[in-house]
Amino acid sequence: MNLSFFLFYISAAVAITTAIMAVTRKNASHALIYLVVTLLSIAVIFFLLGAPFAAALEIVIYAGAIVVLFLFVVMMLNLGRSSVARESQWLRPGMWVLPAILSGVLFIVFGYTVLQTENSAMIEGQVVPPKEVGTVLFHEYLLGVELAGVLLLAALVGAFHLGRRYLEERREN
Amino acid sequence: MFFENINWSYVLILPLIGGALGGALVLVWWERRLLGFFQDRLGPNRVGWFGILQSLADAIKLITKDDWVPPFGDRVLFILAPIIVAGAMLMAYAVLPLGPGLIIADSNIAILWILAMSSLAVYGVLLAGLASNNKYSLLGGLRSVAQMVTYEVFMGLSLLGVVMLTGSFSLRDVVHAQEDMWFCIPQCVGLVIFLIAGLAESHRLPFDLPEAEHELTAGFHTEYSGMKFALIMAAEYLSLILISALIVVLFFGGWLGPKFLPSELLSGIVWYGLKVVLVINFFILLRAAIPRPRYDQLMSLGWKILLPLSLLNILITGAILLGTQ
Repeated sequence: MNLSFFLFYISAAVAITTAIMAVTRKNASHALIYLVVTLLSIAVIFFLLGAPFAAALEIVIYAGAIVVLFLFVVMMLNLGRSSVARESQWLRPGMWVLPAILSGVLFIVFGYTVLQTENSAMIEGQVVPPKEVGTVLFHEYLLGVELAGVLLLAALVGAFHLGRRYLEERREN
Repeated sequence: MFFENINWSYVLILPLIGGALGGALVLVWWERRLLGFFQDRLGPNRVGWFGILQSLADAIKLITKDDWVPPFGDRVLFILAPIIVAGAMLMAYAVLPLGPGLIIADSNIAILWILAMSSLAVYGVLLAGLASNNKYSLLGGLRSVAQMVTYEVFMGLSLLGVVMLTGSFSLRDVVHAQEDMWFCIPQCVGLVIFLIAGLAESHRLPFDLPEAEHELTAGFHTEYSGMKFALIMAAEYLSLILISALIVVLFFGGWLGPKFLPSELLSGIVWYGLKVVLVINFFILLRAAIPRPRYDQLMSLGWKILLPLSLLNILITGAILLGTQ
């Protein structure tokens, strides 16, 4: 029973609450703000588990870049009252039944496996400095890093192709 | 005993917040005076000695002003936005070393932490633009995202050279690694790129496109008034001070004095303050000297020139490090 124990439960509770709020909000920008808070509390959990590097990357990449782009798109589309009305049409109570059953099953399985494992992850893990993460990434998991790089390159080429087709169309008109 | 367990670096928090906010207040006046000097006019010189109390008068005016929340906007997000901007900026100060041993959190991810907080501050700008429900605000918010997506990539990459030479993300280690030579010499390319990224990050002219007052009234904070406006302005000056201090720590040896002078000439914190003031003045000079580029010009400058340049910088730094080891 120490401070990081309590901090873990607080941030876990915040993460779960805000995740539920992010799913159920009808206003897209509010949902995204809740999602950011979820990501921040997950970053806190990473920090408590002794992975400050992963925590920082969680904030920089997920909260700082990806969700910002989501919000950018929401702003570009300028979603207003009409989209809120459409969302509330989609989010009728009947729509919640099947996802709720499926996630309930998943939750039971997950809880069972967590209870079965004897040495589940400790809250006071060893703190892993960024240097060690880098060493492991570029020795043991080098293949994975390279493959991820190739995948990202493919995505980049695809995005460039789509953008160029748009530019060519505009030039012809 | 309670006092034995307390971490004394936490004592720094309140003086740091007070100092940073006070510094922002003085900086508003100093910038206006200096701009007046550069543009051959007087600037504010009526309130107090050389007008030094002008900012205080402005602050009192802003506090007592009617704090209007637009009824057509999103009330919650509108109030939240300035808090996010200022809060994220103040959080970034937590890892900033102020002098030898004077640091609140000597983190081993300090550089990443500052990048993370500066990327969170964009939410405030974005939400301010979104919640105001005003076309100028919306355009300002959109511009700030596009600008942020552009500069954040090469801002992070420009610092990698420094990180490689130091072998650590900790800002204290960065300063200690510069005892022989300041990083502004081996990392001059990184310095220039970081300077440009810092201009865009703190929305300073010439890259103040989100609030370009000639085109967008005041951009994302058009609808703000009273204390909320004051908070946004304070956050902007806080980020200017932060970027200047970061440039000093990362490239100009932090609290270390120049090597050709005897080290006992001035104490570390005086050197540090002098360098930060010098960099801030340079930023103000840039504001007076350079016109604002068009919005797409900044984007193409970022993606087509600065990004490849920073990648090249990393490549060459890495090659030299490999060769000399």
